[in-house]
Amino acid sequence: MEIKKGIGVSPGVAISTAIVFDAENLVIPRRQVLLANIDAELSRFDLALKETIRTLTQQRDDLIAHQRKEIAGIIDFHIGVLNDASLTGQIVAEIRDRHSSAEYAVSAVMRNYAAVFSKMTDRYLAERVKDIHDIERQLLHCLMGQQRLDLSHLTSDVVIIAHDLLPSQTASLDKLHVKGFATDAGGRTSHTAIVARAMGIPAIVGLGNITGEVSAGDTVIIDGNHGVVIINPDEQAVAENRGAELRRLQLDSERATLQDLPAQTLDGHLISLMANIEFPAEVDEALRRGAEGIGLYRTEYLYLASDHEPSEDEHYGAYADALLRLKNRPLVIRTLDLGADKYSQAKAAIPERNPFLGERSIRMCLHDIPMFKRQLRAIMRASVLGDVRVMFPMITTLMELRQARMLLNDVMEELEDEGVSHNRDIPVGMMIEVPSAALMADKFAKEVNFFSIGTNDLIQYTLAVDRTNERVAGLFCPGHPAVLGLVRDVIRKAARSISVSMCGEMAGEPLYTLLLLGLGLTTFSMNAPDIPEVKKIVRSTTMEHARQVARRVMSFDSERQVMHYLRDETRKIDPEAF
Amino acid sequence: MPTASRDIIVSNSLGLHARPAMQFVDTANQFRSKVTVSKGGDEPYQADGKSVMQMIILAATEGTSLKIHAVGEDAEIAVEKLAKLFEDKFGEE
Repeated sequence: MEIKKGIGVSPGVAISTAIVFDAENLVIPRRQVLLANIDAELSRFDLALKETIRTLTQQRDDLIAHQRKEIAGIIDFHIGVLNDASLTGQIVAEIRDRHSSAEYAVSAVMRNYAAVFSKMTDRYLAERVKDIHDIERQLLHCLMGQQRLDLSHLTSDVVIIAHDLLPSQTASLDKLHVKGFATDAGGRTSHTAIVARAMGIPAIVGLGNITGEVSAGDTVIIDGNHGVVIINPDEQAVAENRGAELRRLQLDSERATLQDLPAQTLDGHLISLMANIEFPAEVDEALRRGAEGIGLYRTEYLYLASDHEPSEDEHYGAYADALLRLKNRPLVIRTLDLGADKYSQAKAAIPERNPFLGERSIRMCLHDIPMFKRQLRAIMRASVLGDVRVMFPMITTLMELRQARMLLNDVMEELEDEGVSHNRDIPVGMMIEVPSAALMADKFAKEVNFFSIGTNDLIQYTLAVDRTNERVAGLFCPGHPAVLGLVRDVIRKAARSISVSMCGEMAGEPLYTLLLLGLGLTTFSMNAPDIPEVKKIVRSTTMEHARQVARRVMSFDSERQVMHYLRDETRKIDPEAF
Repeated sequence: MPTASRDIIVSNSLGLHARPAMQFVDTANQFRSKVTVSKGGDEPYQADGKSVMQMIILAATEGTSLKIHAVGEDAEIAVEKLAKLFEDKFGEE
């Protein structure tokens, strides 16, 4: 039994048999083959060996013909290794005597050599480890080249272990049999996370080398609640996890009874709970969890999921899909918020030195007006299909907001001229996620219809902490008095004239529900699975009590005091909250 | 069965790295004799002279003493040819 820790990005627990993809997303088959298949396995290896040598010889000859003798020499060495009878003899013995699959035998023998090489004191020789890995990779590639696992037709339950899941792989997943994901790479907003949340199955990302640690056929527990993967669990671990999952399902069904009840405090104040989504199919799950609408539709996924910039019609199609599912419930579409991420940095001609302070989000859109207008046109066309609202992210100055609004007006005029129907009175809002915008909230409130507080960025920019940097992540805290001060002021300044919601992670954390209620927040937008718990707290308190809690919290001068106090107060009204 | 052996010292500057190891194995493979190369000292190791992997694992850097040993009908000439590779520093300057 082995336990690995990663980032849980979709809750739930799955216990099932593993399917493994390697870094190139080839499927690594099971370790063992049946006795009857050993001869077939031996000849598969033999064929792969010959094929690899043939390919390499061809490459070498081409290189020599092009006067690239240095590289040809390296390939010559690879050919020499593959012709080494003592090496291939070991692989054959591994298959014949231990009934290993050809792939497993190649990996086992080559990794043995790699270990020997890497221990060598001579730097030059130790470097040859790279050659060993390269040779292994080429053999495996040849062995598995034609093999692509068909994930759309599985016959039994599995969990998928991969380096990172690609949209092409998840598009046709057999939803009945895939019970969970665990990946080497990825973060909270990775494709894997999004798909898992939409499917309602557990997922853990950022595990480092889970593909190297799990073999196909292993039993694996994926505990998305705690971000833990257990490989080949013992009976006790299986029993414990089954029990925990059962309790969770029970709690879930208890909370499901809340679904149709209003989010209303004991003294009658109605609160609006909405969901954050990244793609239209998530709407169904959100409504099932009791969302009154979508308070944040992140449109980045449209850009990330395909290899080209989405066309106006592709945007429109996605928005129309979401609106159809929402049946006149509100949909807040946030315009493109890309920039400070691997995807955009890789595409940038010159990578930025400090992308989080760079050309991201609205700044990027205002620098690429044709792209921005394509999205705005699609939003405006969709605005007649339901309750659509548009929201600009990362606004730091009034000028940016005015420019964005001007472009929106341009688009409306264009549509007017073309005779395309649209809602001229579409509510326009902005995210408050930069301290400058929070401090000037009274000025901004005169120019928009609503605010939405994005706490993740607001905390990052207020406390100067990158929470993905593990060396400083501990400093990232929504309960920091400076952050709370900004949140309080924004709510206060907005409440005089416009509506304000919060769509950052803080809104979905039960720990902060009482405080936010007390500060006067009336709209919360969060990941759908968090809705029942937040609703439960709302329904268990009075506004009067929440205000007292907020007053007390605002008198504290450290985040530790804040967190301790809130934990105690929340447990008093809902002992199961954490 | 005739046998032959010869003690040599690695004298090329990079030692028995990939290319010389290949050259050694290619030459050894021209003979029917079984060829072994052994290293004494702190980390004794005996390599199959026809296995490039084992020859590299010898980690025979410049100055290492090695013994080339051959068993077979052409043992004598095999050892002769193989020792010559070392004398010629595998064609390095």
